Amino acid sequence: MNPAPKVKKLLNDPDNAVDEMLEGILLAHPDHLVMSDEHNRAIIAKHGPRPGKVGLVIGGGSGHEPTFVGFVGRGLADAAAIGNVFASPPPDPAIACAKAASGGEGVLFMYGNYAGDVMNFDMATELLAMDDIEARTVLTTDDVAVENLERRRGVAGNFFIFKAAGAACDKMLSFDECERIARKANAHTFTMGVGLTACSLPQTRVPSFELGPEEMEIGLGIHGEPGVRKGPLDTADAVTDEIVDTILAEMDPEPGEKVAVLVNSLGATPLMELYIVNRRLNQRLKDRDISVHASWVGPYCTSLDMSGMSITLHRLDGELTGLLDHPCDCAMFRVGQ
Amino acid sequence: MATLNGADFVALFHAIAQMIEREKDHLSALDGVIGDGDHGVTMSIGFQAVDKALADEAPDRTPADICMLAAKTFLNAVGASVGPLYATALMRAGAAVKGKSDVGPEDVADMIAAMAAGIEHRGKAEPGQKTMVDAWHPAAEAALGAKAGGSLKDITAAAADAGRAGAEATASLVAGKGRSANLGDRAVGHIDPGAASAAMILDTIAQWASERAD
Repeated sequence: MNPAPKVKKLLNDPDNAVDEMLEGILLAHPDHLVMSDEHNRAIIAKHGPRPGKVGLVIGGGSGHEPTFVGFVGRGLADAAAIGNVFASPPPDPAIACAKAASGGEGVLFMYGNYAGDVMNFDMATELLAMDDIEARTVLTTDDVAVENLERRRGVAGNFFIFKAAGAACDKMLSFDECERIARKANAHTFTMGVGLTACSLPQTRVPSFELGPEEMEIGLGIHGEPGVRKGPLDTADAVTDEIVDTILAEMDPEPGEKVAVLVNSLGATPLMELYIVNRRLNQRLKDRDISVHASWVGPYCTSLDMSGMSITLHRLDGELTGLLDHPCDCAMFRVGQ
Repeated sequence: MATLNGADFVALFHAIAQMIEREKDHLSALDGVIGDGDHGVTMSIGFQAVDKALADEAPDRTPADICMLAAKTFLNAVGASVGPLYATALMRAGAAVKGKSDVGPEDVADMIAAMAAGIEHRGKAEPGQKTMVDAWHPAAEAALGAKAGGSLKDITAAAADAGRAGAEATASLVAGKGRSANLGDRAVGHIDPGAASAAMILDTIAQWASERAD
């Protein structure tokens, strides 16, 4: 193997990176977040869980910040189970989260559709049943780059899907209703991304895949895994067009529909480029007579230091608009009030 | 006939942990081609935790106790996909020899078969999907095939040979499970990292057994 120079990172012992990050997050957000007494990888919303409310537990690997822990707070997720970098958390933190989030009406587990997460959260669900806590799972599968529906991954669109489900739980809706809304929000969310350079793990500090100087990965996930295919790097408008075409072909909207948009940085791509993408995205939506109800542009679901971006469209109807606009107050995200 | 006690299994996990430390960069590089590049890191975190937990264990623990503790420690150290898969494998291996203070060659064949069955059950995977099952499944069949009258050395060598062949054959497969399943033909030509590390573990088991064989 080539002894390539190591990617520069600000770290101490890389094996402590996740725990040291969590320590820093808890110190920065003492009004929002607290660590579970039962597990140091279970982060709980200080003012989220309450009796009679369906608990919402999200989770997954680290390296996607502000996803997942940044979306813990009143009106959104009650707790997040934190894994190692790009690795699902084991069952124990998920169990600690569910116990903290449980208000006696059941707990929703929501996370991206990855084999590891499914196995660990399913093991947690089996163990929770012994404690008489019912957990149900709604997988996020917003990545339209993958054609096979069963293999679709949860990527940046988690943002809208968790938001809708969190609002439903906060409105004290029934377990069945919260689950229905979570599934509906997932079905109404479409994401596709491109990667321009690979990311590198704290432990390896080596780029996780190779990409030529004029190449990009199209339809990649959020773990530094390669995309569905490689293609030549193109202009912002051309790349945006390709993504928008793919999403709209899938979504097949009627003229006059309304969406919320997320233009997400995978970590290293700056706001300048994201706003250039957002400009083209809005032109294309206007051409199709689709109106934009709300926009978020920035790093919301990252892949460590990868450069690249994803576009998410969240197809809104009256119900989902109300849930999106419902107030929430999280460590790294706020809506209303 | 050689028999193995709890301390022998502690030594086995120590040997596996050392092997993974030597191979972790190689495993992560294999994973970078078709996955997310962390397989070596994940295996290292898991087996380092197991090695540390077992070092403090009382010497009178049974092989089943050691496997159960290793399973729980591995799972909670890593999560990921390999956490539930190897935790289930090790729990099944322990269950296969529950209550025995010493295990013989036939028990070791049963343990390898139980591990393979546990991995297939937890991962809902079958041979041919470019996963660690492609190493574990043939290894289990080979171990069971050598079980009748076979020595510890014969059984574990047969498992290791079959596991290695199975892992190497994953290069020609299109992935049907895991993250590389989204790559289609792009994953062809590359060995599955989970199968590669499985073959290395089987090889370490065979070496460990040969040092203890009669």
